Amino acid sequence: MTAFSAAHPEAGGIVSFVGKVRPDGDVEALELRHYAPLTLAGMQQLAEATLARWRLDGVLLHHRTGALKPGDPIVLVAAAARHRRDAFEAAQFAMDHLKSDAWFWKREKRADGWRWVEPRGQDHADLARWT
Amino acid sequence: MGVKLVFLGKLADLAGAPDKDVRGPLDWRGLLDALPGPLGEAARGDTVRLALNGTVLADKAALGAADGDEVALLPPVSGG
Repeated sequence: MTAFSAAHPEAGGIVSFVGKVRPDGDVEALELRHYAPLTLAGMQQLAEATLARWRLDGVLLHHRTGALKPGDPIVLVAAAARHRRDAFEAAQFAMDHLKSDAWFWKREKRADGWRWVEPRGQDHADLARWT
Repeated sequence: MGVKLVFLGKLADLAGAPDKDVRGPLDWRGLLDALPGPLGEAARGDTVRLALNGTVLADKAALGAADGDEVALLPPVSGG
């Protein structure tokens, strides 16, 4: 974030969001898989779509893969803009798309074993609000 | 070296392996023939997309893969 902030000295504001593995007891471990031929290109397209849609100085998208534990960060999104509204909306847009429209698959380990996470109705609603 | 099928997410569980080699050339019909039971049903469904050599296909039925190609079966995503 320090580097991102330093790269955009002209920004009036920077919004950042960190998504973590929820540490609320049930989930013992998380695994994020991805498909390398699509992953980064997809994130690049999302970054470009975000930059095209709001007046931004820059956007930062980080998504971890592999084995994670409760409390571990999974994803970081940051947006630098002249005006805070653009930064907030851009970060929200990017997060909604990283959750529901990016090439990752998440599975959770509970007491009864591993289960793949399925998209929820809320995720579809989150995407729909941007069209 | 045939056509490499890569199974993402829960499809790897259904397939019993993360990938599988089948003989090319491979079209949509051939792909379904190569995928038994629930895996084939999932592939047929609207929620599973296909990518050929890193390009998502707009129409799964238009699949045309040759030896050396990679076909990825992509179930509904869950990131973040």
